[in-house]
Amino acid sequence: MVSPILELTNINKSFGHVHANKNINLTINKGTIHGIIGENGAGKSTLMSIVFGLYQANSGTIKVNGKEINLRSPKDSIINGIGMVHQHFMLVENFTVLENIILGFEGELVFGKNLEKAKKDLKDLCDTYKLNIDLNSTISDLSVGFRQRVEILKSLYRGAEILILDEPTGVLTPQEVDELFKILRSLKEEGKTIVLITHKLIEIMDLTSEVSVMRQGEMVGHTKTENTNKEQLAEMMVGRSVLLRLDKSEVKAGEVLFSVKNLTVKDDLDVTRVKNVDLEIRAGEILGLAGVTGNGQTELLEALSGIRKVESGEIYLEGKKVSDSQNFLDPRELKDKGLAHVPEDRQRMGLVTDFKAYENLIFGYHDQQPFSKSSVLNHRDIISHSKKIMEEYDVRPQSPNLITSNFSGGNQQKIILSRELNENPKVLLVGQPTRGVDIGAIEFIHQRLIDMRDRGAAILLVSVELDEVLSLSDRIVVMFDGKIVGEKDNKNVTDRELGLLMAGVV
Amino acid sequence: MEFLSDIASLINSTLRISTPLVFAAMAGIFAERSGVIDFSLEGKMLMAAFVAAVGSYFLGNPWLGLLLAIIACVSLSMLHGFASVTYKGDQVVSCVAINILIIGLTTALAAAWFGQAGLTPTLNEDQRFLEVNLPFAESLRDVPIIGTIYSDILSGHYIFVYLAYLSVPLVFWVVFKTSFGLRLRAVGENPSAVDTAGINVFAMRYKALAINGVLIAFAGAHLSTAVNANFFREMSAGRGYLALAAMIFGKWHPKTALVACLLFGFTDALQIRLQGVELPAIGEIPVQLIQAIPYVLTVVLLAGFVGKAIAPNAIGQPYIKER
Repeated sequence: MVSPILELTNINKSFGHVHANKNINLTINKGTIHGIIGENGAGKSTLMSIVFGLYQANSGTIKVNGKEINLRSPKDSIINGIGMVHQHFMLVENFTVLENIILGFEGELVFGKNLEKAKKDLKDLCDTYKLNIDLNSTISDLSVGFRQRVEILKSLYRGAEILILDEPTGVLTPQEVDELFKILRSLKEEGKTIVLITHKLIEIMDLTSEVSVMRQGEMVGHTKTENTNKEQLAEMMVGRSVLLRLDKSEVKAGEVLFSVKNLTVKDDLDVTRVKNVDLEIRAGEILGLAGVTGNGQTELLEALSGIRKVESGEIYLEGKKVSDSQNFLDPRELKDKGLAHVPEDRQRMGLVTDFKAYENLIFGYHDQQPFSKSSVLNHRDIISHSKKIMEEYDVRPQSPNLITSNFSGGNQQKIILSRELNENPKVLLVGQPTRGVDIGAIEFIHQRLIDMRDRGAAILLVSVELDEVLSLSDRIVVMFDGKIVGEKDNKNVTDRELGLLMAGVV
Repeated sequence: MEFLSDIASLINSTLRISTPLVFAAMAGIFAERSGVIDFSLEGKMLMAAFVAAVGSYFLGNPWLGLLLAIIACVSLSMLHGFASVTYKGDQVVSCVAINILIIGLTTALAAAWFGQAGLTPTLNEDQRFLEVNLPFAESLRDVPIIGTIYSDILSGHYIFVYLAYLSVPLVFWVVFKTSFGLRLRAVGENPSAVDTAGINVFAMRYKALAINGVLIAFAGAHLSTAVNANFFREMSAGRGYLALAAMIFGKWHPKTALVACLLFGFTDALQIRLQGVELPAIGEIPVQLIQAIPYVLTVVLLAGFVGKAIAPNAIGQPYIKER
């Protein structure tokens, strides 16, 4: 017999002019894993933050176990058995696991008896759900996967019956995802209710029994997972049919355009982050670089694009040496030689977000004809160029005068891509091209990268999204702890094999 | 034996001179651990000195003067909180505004009430704190070593000196052994974690600032109603900044901050002791040079040794709940 544990009726929430949640109705049944899926900015996180008491709804009612409750702060939610694991973990990094978990629920003014009891209770919880956490370790020493478990343990300790997880798999390796799903299933078996917020269709199909779809602040559908499929869900999310599988022609790799020999790079703290890396990228192929965040991909990409000094080793462009530890070309000189770079962190390195779109659309090329003549910018030509290119790359809204930070993540990325691809580079370095980008824009960006490849560009794709690496790349290399630990042809490789390489197991 | 008594008097002065620094550093720890920058220790110390002297003069009791100083300093801390916690203003700007306000206000009020710009009337013995002689100090004086330590170093200080050094273990206990301390440290590191634990971030920061106000009031009262018997213009003389430096040098930790305060106090005691003294081979060092020692030391310590001091992660950032 199913009974609703959480009922939302007519929830509305606005931030200024943005109507983030419009008349949302949602019923979650006890003991189920309920998926909420939608694109970035669809309002999923806002809705769940309301349920967790972090934001207050402008109108609407929330019932837990049939009883209407008033959520003024997370405290009210926690008392009513609602727990949430946020996308960005709510942990104090220099605290121990124990300190993080008891924070706000110490149960005594001066630490003593209750602290001992908490330790015992937490050990029991760890055993029940096989969480395997050392309570005395400091958060900053833990891997992302373990930090997430601490968050889960924290919610359980605080008495959560409903556990909301916001995009929990974005930062995990496939193996860590498996572990997480195991934990979630065992929670379900113990009678807990789980709400999974995600934009990954495969997770919905894998784990949930019911699913609700949000689009642009509205709830557009509820269904049992067994009665739907990925294609149908994607269509509901985006509002039109989406191509989930990329049409990609057979690779026609040409000569080597870009190569790296024995490259070593240090980071700002003088730690060696890239260790003796060799790479070769041919014309007309996409080389995918997979790896868990923080294994040297960032430093590698920065060194290749001329931003970071090379410690030792050489970089060749079209067979000519462009950089070693003594002589190196700066980003501008590399750009002139036909190398384009779409940086990983688009807001910090790819854009000046406080500037207008047309300014960001010409950065790096602003001193060239027709954008400037004798050091004076040619405003009219810049605007007409911007309009043209924004239309071509489907940047929305198409207003060159809008401040860049007002564009969504996907559209900001399109601004960078259009700028870099417009010059027809021979070599393209792209980092996390679709991080924080909604599914409709992902399709567009992927198609553009394939087009570049088919026109004979050599592309290095660095991404932590394994699906992305698998669907775009012709060859895949895996980076772990600064080293290339494996190279695979993308014909008969599985995400499991890559996951093991990414975790440094093989 | 003269050498020994020199050392004893040097330590004695160090303890006394470090007192306002210790109070101010402990006050700073509360504010900054909660994520609120406090450059206004200087202004608040000056305010406390003024209010304590004036209050004691009119009410005839230094304890009442101290009470008024506490009220004044807590009010200033609340003002800082109002500007920088509730209204999310720039914390440094708010502090600088308070410092400038107090310099002007104390001078102007002294002129209006007592006819002398920046000077309050001298307090008599009933209106100020007197030195506390510990029991048996006189009779133990002649016992070797113990007598020197007990009678010459430990005894004969103002009440504030003892309170300052007692406050350090107390602050340590509160910050590291109580649930309040856990929340305090958390709110300065990651306010979102505190918010999602159902604790009001703003209330935590206001509480921290209130304690900050109480502690800094003791520093000011020590200056105007204990070591001196009146208030004079800008009498805090940069001690608030020095304490802030000591706190940073002590990595926002009460024990190490205490060591830093004592170090600053010692150099100051040393410079007083060295004035006019002929040193072998060097001769007499110019007073100005000697007086610069504590400040030079501050710059050197902060520039050279504190490179890796890690401030609370969320310091200086107003907490914004909704995007």
